[in-house]
Order: sequence, then structure tokens, then C-alpha cells
Amino acid sequence: MATMKNEIDFLLHLADNALIIGHRNSEWCGHGPILEQDIAITNIALDYIGQARNFYQHAAELINQHPIGIDITQSGKDIVLPATEDSLAYLRDVREFKNLLITEIPNGDWAHTTLRLFLLSEFELQLFTQLLQHTDAQVAAIAEKSIKELSYHVKWSQDWVLRLGDGTEESKQRMQAAIEAIWAYTGELFIQPEYATAACLNYAAIQTAWNKKVTAVFEEAGLHIPSKTFVQKGGADGMHTEHLGYILAEMQYLQRAYPNSEW
Amino acid sequence: MVNNTIATNAIWKILETVKDPEVPVLSVVDLGVIRAVALEEQLVTVTITPTYTGCPAMDMISMHIKMALNAAGYQTTIQTILSPAWTTDWITENGKQQLKAYGIAPPVGKSFDQAYLEDIIVPCPQCNSTHTVLVSQFGSTACKALYKCEECKEPFDYFKCH
Repeated sequence: MATMKNEIDFLLHLADNALIIGHRNSEWCGHGPILEQDIAITNIALDYIGQARNFYQHAAELINQHPIGIDITQSGKDIVLPATEDSLAYLRDVREFKNLLITEIPNGDWAHTTLRLFLLSEFELQLFTQLLQHTDAQVAAIAEKSIKELSYHVKWSQDWVLRLGDGTEESKQRMQAAIEAIWAYTGELFIQPEYATAACLNYAAIQTAWNKKVTAVFEEAGLHIPSKTFVQKGGADGMHTEHLGYILAEMQYLQRAYPNSEW
Repeated sequence: MVNNTIATNAIWKILETVKDPEVPVLSVVDLGVIRAVALEEQLVTVTITPTYTGCPAMDMISMHIKMALNAAGYQTTIQTILSPAWTTDWITENGKQQLKAYGIAPPVGKSFDQAYLEDIIVPCPQCNSTHTVLVSQFGSTACKALYKCEECKEPFDYFKCH
């Protein structure tokens, strides 16, 4: 049973990451710097919402198959049964969300947004490549599907890091400021959550590959990694910044105020 | 068994009339999202796979498949599978030609060799010039990129290799 709880928690962790970063990226809809990039970031948001749906659907399936003895929440409340992708996204509280902090911090300017996406999607690309070996065939299938999309997200966001870092004086200064602001949230990427017990996972290997890639791109862009090494952490265990509550308030309002309403 | 094959073929024919709502010249068969058709009595199970995980057209495609088969007297259930993941390699040759005729440049190269991550030359679907430039990795939908032809000056969508 412990293994099943771990798998469900891990699926929720992946789903919450996708939902929250998808929501953040979608905030750019109608506000992008130019039309083509507005479309790009909203398409990326859509990819993430799709990913979130796949992970929530699978988590819901497992929860409904094994409801006894699974307390998947951390605030002591039981999940609404039967679980659905919607109930998992819309009816859990802040403390129950397991997304990484880097997904929930505000968008900031375009440099912050594209840098965050680059740091996160490169991490996910490495993580999902390991998940291809997951013993649960559905997890491996979702990973296989997502990797194709993540490859584009990495390429697109990496181009922006290079373009701004190696651009004008102001764009460089803004990209470097984004690195200073976001860097403290990257350490959490490589802290293996307690529930991430699948045999295929190797966070140290992810970190090595990620470091290599990020260092190479920063070098090409003339950017540098901050010397500060303080790590903001806790998101994967339900301890969040104040920003997540505001996101959920907006995202969950309709389902909370008008339960079970549909399009 | 033979009868069953004939009947299944009839269902594939019907599926060829169901179009991708985003690219109305392309049938769901040519798009390569139909993985299997199974028939038992009058109950059809159609197995489909999404192009992109967040593709909003998938729900509509499922609905249109059901409507087309129901109109022909079949009861239909739709199953979705993710693996093996859909790639542009699943688009038929016929589908690629129809894309081009419609003004959308078909995917260049094969997905399995990761051609989609390289800088590639996409010929203009209007004038066939290879003098084209990428405007954005993401076009009007997630599955397309936006290009511009430097020869005929027309912007065009590229169904990106994926």
C-alpha cells in the first residue's frame, strides 16, 4: 500500500507541476510581446494542461481502484471520491499541492518567464526520459508523449535565453536579473521527494545532465550562474510560497462556488 | 471472419469522411490518429491517439467519429491510447499532399531521427521556394510552426515534425 500511495503522490506531483506552470504561462495570453510569441507561450501552456490532465486522470484511476488506506492529503482531509481529474485539480487545498516552487513564482518580465521555462523544461526532459523505464506502462506512455512537446519547449525557451542574454545591454541585464531571482528555486528540482520511489529515478544523474546543459547555454549567452547557493524548497511536500494560494483562488473559484458546474 | 473484414473496411471508409476540425481537408485516417477498429455485432470500438496532449480538437474528433458511425447505424465507443506516441510519421502520403494543396507545408523529415529539432529547410507550399524563414516555433495551433516565404512573401503554416 505504501508503494501505491507513493505512486499516487508522485503522479500528483507531476500533475501539479504541469497544471501550475501551465496556468502561469497562460497568464501571458493576450499580453505577449508580439503576436507570434503570445501564441507560442499559450500553446506551451496548452501542452502543459494536456500533460496535467493525463497525470490527474491516471492518478484518479489509481485512487479509485485503491481508496482504502490511502490518505493522499496532507491536511488530514480525505479526497472527494470518486476522484476525477477535475476534483484533483479544483478541490484540493494549497497544502495538498505538490508542485515545485519554481512553477508557482510570478511570471515577472519576459526574461523571467522564458528563463524559468528553460530551467524547468530541461529538468523535466531529463526526468521524463527516466520515466520511460517506469514499471507502470501508463506513466511511461505519458512520459513518451510529453517528451516530444518538452523538446520544443526547451528549444524555444533556450533560444530566448540566448537571444536576450546575447542581445542588447538592457536585455542582457534583464536576463541576468532573472537568473539572480530564480536561481534559488532551482535547487529544489534535484531534491528527490520521499514519495519518488520508482526504481527508474536517478536525481543525481538528472542534475548532472541539467548542469551541463544550463552551463553551456549560459556560457554561449554570456550569462553567469550566481555564487549564492541558498535553496528555496518545500513545494513538493506541500509547503508553498504565498503565490500559490492566489493562483488556486482564481483557478478553483468557480468549482468551489458552484460545485459540479460544467461548460 | 471474412465478413468481419469487409465490415471493418466499411467502417474505415466512414472514418475517411471524418475530418480534422483544424485542417478540414485532412481525414482522421490520413492524420494517423486511428490506431484500431474493432467490430463486435453492431458495436464498434475505435482506438484513437492524440496528436498533442493538450489538443482541444481531440474531444471534437471523438464526437465527430461517434456521430458519423452512429449515422451509419453503429454503436460506438472511443478508446484513447497514448503509446506508441503519435508522430507526424503517421500522416499518410495522401495526407501530406492534401496538406500542401491546402497551403500548409507538410512535415519535413522523419520524427524518429529527431529532424524536428534541427534547423531545417521548409519549402513554401505556394511557390515551392526553399528561400523561407522561421517566424515562430508555434503557429495557429500547437502542431504548426509559422514560416514566411522570402520569394513570394506569403506567410504560411508548417505542420511541424514531431
